[in-house]
Amino acid sequence: MLVIACGALAREILALIGQRGWDHLDLHCLPAILHNRPDRIAPAVEAAVTARRDRYDRVFVAYADCGTGGDLARSCARLGVEMIEGPHCYAFYEGVAAFEAKGEVTCFYLTDFLVRQFDAFVWEPLGLDRHPELRDMYFGNYTTLVYQAQTDDPALTDLARRHAERLGLGFEHRLTGYGELETALARA
Amino acid sequence: MADEDDLILSELDDEELVAQMFDDLYDGLRDEIMEATQILLDRGWAPYDVLTKALVGGMTIVGNDFRDGILFVPEVLLAANAMKGGMSILKPLLAETDAPRMGKMVIGTVKGDIHDIGKNLVAMMMEGAGFEIVDLGINNAVESYLEALAREKADILGMSALLTTTMPYMKVVIDTMKEQGIRDDYIVLVGGAPLNEEFGRAIGADAYCRDAAVAVETAKDWISRRHNQMQAGA
Repeated sequence: MLVIACGALAREILALIGQRGWDHLDLHCLPAILHNRPDRIAPAVEAAVTARRDRYDRVFVAYADCGTGGDLARSCARLGVEMIEGPHCYAFYEGVAAFEAKGEVTCFYLTDFLVRQFDAFVWEPLGLDRHPELRDMYFGNYTTLVYQAQTDDPALTDLARRHAERLGLGFEHRLTGYGELETALARA
Repeated sequence: MADEDDLILSELDDEELVAQMFDDLYDGLRDEIMEATQILLDRGWAPYDVLTKALVGGMTIVGNDFRDGILFVPEVLLAANAMKGGMSILKPLLAETDAPRMGKMVIGTVKGDIHDIGKNLVAMMMEGAGFEIVDLGINNAVESYLEALAREKADILGMSALLTTTMPYMKVVIDTMKEQGIRDDYIVLVGGAPLNEEFGRAIGADAYCRDAAVAVETAKDWISRRHNQMQAGA
């Protein structure tokens, strides 16, 4: 089976393949930076599935909706492939129902990937490297940075805490593990 | 001491100064915009003319270049911040003068959503175009919108959302307006990064506005249509 995944999940999926002995899974990732232009995600996934599906019995799309407004689900339905339930990775790491029940609208979430790639995916695309004075225009309505940790890594936790300080936000560490990413892949 | 190459804004004639303000807005230079705004007022310009010919004119260029992918969000925010500096000088003066009043708009980000950059830009540009703005801020439930529309006797409802998870709430608001029989009393405009025209139509809004400049033009257009309808019906 082929898993076509967001690059932001690559390390986690490879870890799961190793831990669970899922030797039947091949992984192909698309650039995580597509998230900065969600309208490009569904066409990119569709092209990747179409180009590779002939070589596999099945294809699974390891993306949630990811800001595509249902476009990705429509593409997957058209292609006859499954994807992960939920609006985005923050939801499926915690469990979609639990995440939605919390309704934490003033929380800004980082995963292991985003803690590592904070400058490239958050700080610089928002122009905060050049114009740090814009910080509160972007983050003034947020209260807390929630670090949803897939792994229990003190160095990453320290880094996440420093990111929270840079954004002027409170900090919460929440060990989620792989959440519904793992169950979705196990079912696929 | 000023550098030899420094531009002395007060030494520019009106035309050069307005052109310089366009450049300074584009570059997000708030102090320079505030200084130039004051210079034009001191030269006897009406506050409304400073606003429309210099600030809104400059921001329209910024908006167009954002739309065309030449400028990005950080640059637009810096430009907006510069315009805000000029507006802080003009606003008290505009209230005292007989600048045209286009209509009143209640605007806010929908429930569950705390993103307000786009909403604030629209509010500022609408204000610049002569609309009175009642800004409800972020995370607004349907009751908050409806109460403000009635209290303020508004003409327009503007709703904003940045998230695909929160934008469906716009339909909740519009459906409630329909249930209460007040939908057609207001012009309903919607906007936000994940929206598009199709979504705007599907939820029953009057128009989807791609950016702040489009919101201004759309609002003007709908207000004049309304006036024409009222005159035709009179």
